[in-house]
Amino acid sequence: MSWLLVYPIVIPLMTAVLSYLFRNTPAGRWIAVAGTAALLLASLLLMADVLEHGVVVAQMSNWEAPFGITLAADLLGAVMVVITAITGMATVVYSLSDIPVRLERMGYYALLQILLMGVCGAFLTGDLFNLYVWFEVMLIASFGLLVLGGNREQLDGGIKYVMLNLVSTIMFLTGIGLLYGITGTLNMADLHLAVREVQNQGLLTTIAVMFMVAFGVKAALFPLFFWLPASYHTPPVAVSAIFAGLLTKVGVYSLIRCFTLIFDQDVGFTHTLLLWLAVITMVTGVLGAAAMNDFRRILSFHIISQIGYMVLGLAIFTPLGLMGAVFYLVHHIIVKANLFFVAGVAKRIGGSTDLSRLGGLYAHAPLLAFLFLIPAFSLAGFPPLSGFWAKYVVVKAALDLEMWIVAGISLVVGLLTIFSMTKIWGAAFWPAHPDGIKPRLSDLPMGDRLALMLPIICLAALTCIIGLFPEPFVQFAERSATQLLDPTEYITTVLGVQP
Amino acid sequence: MELLLAITIGIVVATSVYLMLDRNALRFLFGLVLLSNAVNLIIFAGGRLTVGAPPLIPDGAYAPVGVVANALPQALVLTAIVIGFGLLAFTLALVYRTFMTLGTVNSDEMRIAEPRDKRELDTGRLGMGKADPEHPATGQEAGI
Repeated sequence: MSWLLVYPIVIPLMTAVLSYLFRNTPAGRWIAVAGTAALLLASLLLMADVLEHGVVVAQMSNWEAPFGITLAADLLGAVMVVITAITGMATVVYSLSDIPVRLERMGYYALLQILLMGVCGAFLTGDLFNLYVWFEVMLIASFGLLVLGGNREQLDGGIKYVMLNLVSTIMFLTGIGLLYGITGTLNMADLHLAVREVQNQGLLTTIAVMFMVAFGVKAALFPLFFWLPASYHTPPVAVSAIFAGLLTKVGVYSLIRCFTLIFDQDVGFTHTLLLWLAVITMVTGVLGAAAMNDFRRILSFHIISQIGYMVLGLAIFTPLGLMGAVFYLVHHIIVKANLFFVAGVAKRIGGSTDLSRLGGLYAHAPLLAFLFLIPAFSLAGFPPLSGFWAKYVVVKAALDLEMWIVAGISLVVGLLTIFSMTKIWGAAFWPAHPDGIKPRLSDLPMGDRLALMLPIICLAALTCIIGLFPEPFVQFAERSATQLLDPTEYITTVLGVQP
Repeated sequence: MELLLAITIGIVVATSVYLMLDRNALRFLFGLVLLSNAVNLIIFAGGRLTVGAPPLIPDGAYAPVGVVANALPQALVLTAIVIGFGLLAFTLALVYRTFMTLGTVNSDEMRIAEPRDKRELDTGRLGMGKADPEHPATGQEAGI
């Protein structure tokens, strides 16, 4: 029993309750900041523990697995919790300036903390039904955040987001029901053993595809991504940023978890399907982005395109491929959240996110322009930034298996990503502002400037660190991939017996 | 008994899919509610049906004696019902609010977040147009 696994869930819950109670006073937001800092600390402690002792497991209420609910953290789970805490911290600090008092009084910080709790829970649980519950916690908080304030765009985008995500959870629940029906267990480690005993393997593959659809909606895979570009550009920027960073990645994480631990008996079918879905996702995402003319909408489509790379890493299903997927997940959360933050600052000082109503950022806010280039180049995969290594590993994994077409397409998609980033640069940063506004950072009050720029600077620094010193991160991803492909350690620790 | 339940689930799912194909968000929502009930039945049936044997532990024993009904699916269904009810309440409120704000619940008419407006498809100002800082190039000028 390790308490470290419980903290990342309990701390956000306590913070949510406290910051809701104090939502009418400035204390509410500072409680949220302190709570998220505590979450970050707890996640780092968990990470240290996992690095030292391997997989960490806690059985809730001391009910032995597979009968009780198990919380388990392997390297992938632990790193996802750390990155969630980092993104959460950045978002909370950014929100200090971005979120108006009106939304704060409606309980913005409480919802944000509940969202973090749901995401951490999803990363740490070792039980499939429990994963469903965490998905729902995360969803209901995200619904609230998405429509908080209730302007016309938000409600319009909100309806589509809510409806399609509900269909996906119902699909997930159906899969759980059927899987329980044929195996009699819902503990993931136990399922790994139980699915091998199943007589009717065809039925199992059907259920696997059901999970693929359910997580595919969450992860915004082709052709299930339509809720994402319909809604991600409508809420306040801080909300967009944390959604863009974390929510789709929970879908990718669940795909990785389920399709390495549970559904790995018919790899020829399921993972080939994933492979082509990943390739089409990459291409549609990047083409969609090329057709958009709004800062945040371009970025939304790029989320979809990048999801393709991560799922591609999983679909290749070699140690190198999974290593790429893990590395990509971590890199992308940082970079994407940061790009949305930059878009938010551009909106604040330039007055819009519509590219034809923006301009002059390079001349008047060179610091912001520089801080845009770091995540933008990283997203496109320029050396020596984090995105280069992520793309390099995934493409190398594809080349190793002589998947020439797949590797070629992923390189072309990288090029098209640069096109989109150039488009943003060429419209928002380079030319003068069409309304003659001079978008200066120094026009913002000191406190606002600090709250807005600090998260951007920290995340950009992280991108550079991962890019310049990739060695420990690559090694970590490699260990994590080994653990995913050979889950013996995970299963032994969870079930307490040799499989 | 399983067969009867399976047919019932089939009918409910078919009805809900029919409702969910409607453009009216409210009818879609009704379809969703029906579907979630069908899924609850699937979980229930997945735990196998045992008639007339409640999972009760007799006095003095530590475990139920003999064949009893599987209690776990009932716990799962209960959780799913509670969550589903909460989400339904939220979504109903959301649809109502949307109707009050936008004046429609027809998904074809809900295009505010993604306007059909041509300007949205305008890929102008690529930074390759005329370099006139006073009058930056628009999409039309760039010939796109």
